[in-house]
Amino acid sequence: MGAAFVSSLSPSLPLSAFAQRGRGGEDDKPNSYDDITHYNNYYEFGPDKRDPSDHSGGFHPHPWTVAIEGEVHKPQTLDIDDILKRYPAEERIYRLRCVEGWSMVVPWNGFALSKLLNDVQPTSQAKYVAFTTVYRPTEMPGQNTGILPWPYVEGLRLDEAMHPLTILVTGLYGKPLPNQDGAPIRLVVPWKYGFKGIKAIVRIRLTREQPSTTWSMVAPTEYGFYANVNPEVDHPRWSQKRERRLGEFLRRPTLMFNGYADQVASLYAGMDLRTNY
Amino acid sequence: MASVIGRRSTVRLVHAAIIVAALVPAALIVWDALHDNLGANPVEEITHRTGDWTLRLLLTTLAVSPLRRLTGWNDIIRYRRTLGLLTFTYVCLHFLTYLVIDQGFPIQGFAIRYVGEDIAKRPYITVGFTAFLLLIPLAWTSTKGWIRRLGKKWKALHQLIYAAAALGVLHYLWLVKGEQVKPVYYAFLLVGLLGLRVWLGRRVRAPLRSPDAPRAADPLPAPLRGRALDPS
Repeated sequence: MGAAFVSSLSPSLPLSAFAQRGRGGEDDKPNSYDDITHYNNYYEFGPDKRDPSDHSGGFHPHPWTVAIEGEVHKPQTLDIDDILKRYPAEERIYRLRCVEGWSMVVPWNGFALSKLLNDVQPTSQAKYVAFTTVYRPTEMPGQNTGILPWPYVEGLRLDEAMHPLTILVTGLYGKPLPNQDGAPIRLVVPWKYGFKGIKAIVRIRLTREQPSTTWSMVAPTEYGFYANVNPEVDHPRWSQKRERRLGEFLRRPTLMFNGYADQVASLYAGMDLRTNY
Repeated sequence: MASVIGRRSTVRLVHAAIIVAALVPAALIVWDALHDNLGANPVEEITHRTGDWTLRLLLTTLAVSPLRRLTGWNDIIRYRRTLGLLTFTYVCLHFLTYLVIDQGFPIQGFAIRYVGEDIAKRPYITVGFTAFLLLIPLAWTSTKGWIRRLGKKWKALHQLIYAAAALGVLHYLWLVKGEQVKPVYYAFLLVGLLGLRVWLGRRVRAPLRSPDAPRAADPLPAPLRGRALDPS
């Protein structure tokens, strides 16, 4: 099953097909560039959806380096220009489901995280991948407030990180990634709630132990390490059964694993998703 | 007599100004909706705006009688009912936004199940909905007829506004993610207003002249009206 799926991911496959998998079907039209760049959760620039577009003008995503370290045979610090050259971006049209109950469809440009990880050669001890956002309070006004502990950190199990749907994103709609969407490089894991998609990444560390993640540190009863989209497991404060697709009037049902169950459900076989939320 | 008429028309003018000013945010929502200016998630934007204005107006309503005591501006009490009813207008808009355009009821009839689940299971919605329910009898009994009929009970009933305000602020505090400051501002304002009332209540109370005293046609005996309209 898994192998058949991976082999179907040849570069010739029109990757827009990703969003059409599962039950979404032709309803999954990409949201407008304007919506995708003016409705963001990025608390480094403020808590309101307009804050990131309003307050990220002074952020400098260039020059930039990403350190890849920890349980790897070839640790390295990569310049963003080298990353763009070495890992050509392809288009991936993915659904994005926010834990708050809204969703959109985004045509990302990026590359599979597995390519990068394979190049640094994880050791046999590597079990998890930890990500860190840049800490730059002079350019990120939200980092001067106590709304979250800074810098933002996220993590994945290694097999989740190696999954072909997991991508590092450097652009959207064929343009360089705007500051408010996580420039210059961010993570996108389409079957998980949006907050797993850590932005402005400066460090990727392979670890033996499960790394801390910001929201699960702040509110452990509300946000877990996995954060898989799951209509059966409500957020303690609101329902996750339905979602508002931006641009639509009525709520639509939320799909298991955000509609990517065929591709990823096997990663969680035998796990209790109620306790591993 | 001329001065009385002048004063009455001033009161009417201020009333009109309050109503017009308080309806501007609602008009702006309609305007922005018609001009596609509510952002990527218009439903959320409308919910937030009507909720914000409910709390602002509720706190303004609560500020009236402390202000009256502090400034001696007795006429200000005449505007409290109007402010209270404007608060109620916004809380109705807020609830209807949630029920109809957020949850989709009654277009999606089954949505009532989700609404019921929300009210029963989500504490921030439970307290918000309770606050809304508490405001209904207050709006209902805001007429002169009800003030007269209920007498002293009216004052006791309208103490519910404190509970509604506290639940309304709690509703906001419990719904945000992370350590956000805006709901905390509202909480501070509310605590400040309540503290002010306690402090003012402890001071020796100077007899307040009813603002309606000169009005010959007033249906209520002036002292009763003065008391009834001022639960503090």
